[in-house]
Amino acid sequence: MSDTTSQSSLTEKLLQRAAPGRAEFEDLVVVPIFAVIVALIVGAFIMLATAVDITTIGRSYVALLQGSLGSLNAVSETLTAAIPLVLAGLGLALGFRAGLFNIGAEGQVVVGGIAAVIVGFSMPGLPWIIHMPLALLAGAVAGGLYASIAGYLRAATGAHEVISTIMLNLISYRLLDYMLGLSWMQRPGRSDPVSKSVVSSAELPRLLTDIDPNLRLHAGIFLMIAAVIVVYWLLFKTKTGFEFRASGENPYAARYAGIRASLIIVLAMGTAGALAGLAGANQVLGVLDRTTPGFSAGIGFNAISVALLGRSHPIGVLFAGLLFGALEAGGRQMQVDAGVSIDLIGIIQSLIIVFIAAPLLVRAIFPWGFARPAGRRE
Amino acid sequence: MTEITAFDIAPAAKLDTHKARQARIYGFVLIACAVLVALVFGYGTEGGASFGLSRPRDEWVIPNLVIPAGPFNYVAAAILAFLGVRQFMRGGSKWSTISIAVGLAITVAAFLVWATAGKSFSLVGMLQATMVRAVPIALGGLAGVLSERVAVVNIAIEGMLLAGAFTGALMGSLLGGWGGLACAVVIGGLFGFILASLVVTYRMDQIIAGVVINLFVLGVTSYVSSQVFQPYRYLNNAPVFRAWKIPFLGDIPVIGPMLFNQNLFVYGALVLVGVATYYLFHTRYGLRARSVGEHPQAADTLGINVYRTRFINVTLAGMVAGFGGAWFTLGTVGRFDENMTGGRGFIGLAAMIFGRWHPVGALMAALVFGFADSLQQKLALLRTPIPSEFLAMAPYIATIIVVAGFVGRSRPPAADGKPYVKER
Repeated sequence: MSDTTSQSSLTEKLLQRAAPGRAEFEDLVVVPIFAVIVALIVGAFIMLATAVDITTIGRSYVALLQGSLGSLNAVSETLTAAIPLVLAGLGLALGFRAGLFNIGAEGQVVVGGIAAVIVGFSMPGLPWIIHMPLALLAGAVAGGLYASIAGYLRAATGAHEVISTIMLNLISYRLLDYMLGLSWMQRPGRSDPVSKSVVSSAELPRLLTDIDPNLRLHAGIFLMIAAVIVVYWLLFKTKTGFEFRASGENPYAARYAGIRASLIIVLAMGTAGALAGLAGANQVLGVLDRTTPGFSAGIGFNAISVALLGRSHPIGVLFAGLLFGALEAGGRQMQVDAGVSIDLIGIIQSLIIVFIAAPLLVRAIFPWGFARPAGRRE
Repeated sequence: MTEITAFDIAPAAKLDTHKARQARIYGFVLIACAVLVALVFGYGTEGGASFGLSRPRDEWVIPNLVIPAGPFNYVAAAILAFLGVRQFMRGGSKWSTISIAVGLAITVAAFLVWATAGKSFSLVGMLQATMVRAVPIALGGLAGVLSERVAVVNIAIEGMLLAGAFTGALMGSLLGGWGGLACAVVIGGLFGFILASLVVTYRMDQIIAGVVINLFVLGVTSYVSSQVFQPYRYLNNAPVFRAWKIPFLGDIPVIGPMLFNQNLFVYGALVLVGVATYYLFHTRYGLRARSVGEHPQAADTLGINVYRTRFINVTLAGMVAGFGGAWFTLGTVGRFDENMTGGRGFIGLAAMIFGRWHPVGALMAALVFGFADSLQQKLALLRTPIPSEFLAMAPYIATIIVVAGFVGRSRPPAADGKPYVKER
């Protein structure tokens, strides 16, 4: 690292320590709020540019809000969409904390989903108290092992995890295609690639079917909350978590302090993969009941955004996941009500991250919102 | 070599455990390949493999190449075993890389002969397809080389390719092929400029900036293609650049169809690789760019404007990627589909690392990926017992092995990925 950058980040840290309340409040609350507002405004401009008239734009944002928070069904959809994002996002956040950029969550979601569906359909007759946890565990273990490949390669040979996880993603898609064509995996009587369905004893039970049978919220939400707590505890209250964070902050210092860097890399990748695998298992056991090509639906990639948006902090990831879940659920409503394509949500999400990840940019746009203007940062 | 020199080298070799371990890994891989070739591809294989070297309508028709499959593969296995044992005995020499490359090539050849045994296969068609499929990967890799040489990690290649493809289709439909191509290059350059300003001016994390650009481009192009292209189909119907046969050279058997009877994009990629190599390694601007990537402070001290150099090179990289992106629409089908680049930008990134941050290396690596891509397609016709999904995985697995094996030999620019803050 060059001297100038370490110096400037040192100054920044000193400044933060000098005025902790204000700076943290700005970074954690004001910047994200401004980011969401700017992203929605730019989204409106993009709609204008594609010849969507102003009343439709208004209607689509109303639909976005209604579809995400406007009714019990909307809230249920938001939470259902948020669960896998938070789970996988937690894994990625853990990796970021340990200094690993894991692009492979998508592949880990796929592998976790495959493992969960196999356990889910192949062991009928087990009581649910054993079957469901077993299927979830299978997903977590599969995802963890799959990610550990990249971790091991990084630790043993130095192969950059960005490349190896991208390749593992691509491999996982082919693996899924292959497995869906196997006779014991494919649903009987179907020629298209669809796996057998998960038996009911392995399913994550739906929670709100007493109120309305269409509500899809399932027991995965408890899993999500538990994962947030466990990851928080792991990162900030245990020795392993400290070693993760130390390796991420400064690998050289960490090694000098006697932290076994290779082991930490493999462990961090494995844990991250296990959480992503759990996200895949959660989708399969809670929502989809089976696997099809592309069942992962970009969860692993959206989770990268969620982890970045949540500043790699478990609580932040929870809120970021909820926001992205809300955007997804609201986006579907927007497509139905206003006829605006759901792909607009992708644009809004990416803009939010730009503004979050480049605080200088937000400060430049809203100089009045901050105690220290953009120019006087260093 | 005499015993004395071996004795002299020994202590130094002992210190260099990384290389020794790598040599053993290579040796193991080669011997595994030898066993595979001998037992699976050689044993019990009968008949000759017939490879087509020319097509019926060619100027000069040359006869098919017929190879006796069984004996060929036993010879191949013997060569592989020799190379593998040699790695174990005398590992870490400078021949390691060459022998693993030769070894993998022989394995692929043996596989092809085995798959073709008793049938015939158009080799020339596959080589031509290899060249075509390598184009976006090579240009993506070249874009990566240009920006990483000035120490800007470019994950955004995928997004730039997609933006180029989209613009090529949209503007190509409105302005014709050349207009579309020009606009694609400009849009690619624009995204390069945006990446540069995010990471240089606003000092955003480089990987995050790249991921964001990918997301943004994917969002915009998918949105517009479902919102606008669905109702207005004429906006997504661009003309396609046809192949131009270079007179005389295009008639040379095998090489002609591969190199001299292609469309604009193949020629463009080859020329750009040459130009980029010349620019980076034989001009003063290239030297400046590389110095900014290796040691920005030293470059700054010598009066090189680090920020401007990074802006210029990353923008150039974006233009190259925009040109590569136009291949997807203007070079093939003339129509844009959602996410049609399908991760080729990331494979380009791998090609860049594979090719050791050198334009020619990136092109070679891209050819390997292109070969695997076209091989997989053609093999579907031969009906081998290996599922096609596993063949499709092969290049990715090979990338992982190579990236794991090459580290320690290939080195990224020293300042890669680090922002530079000028001292005041």
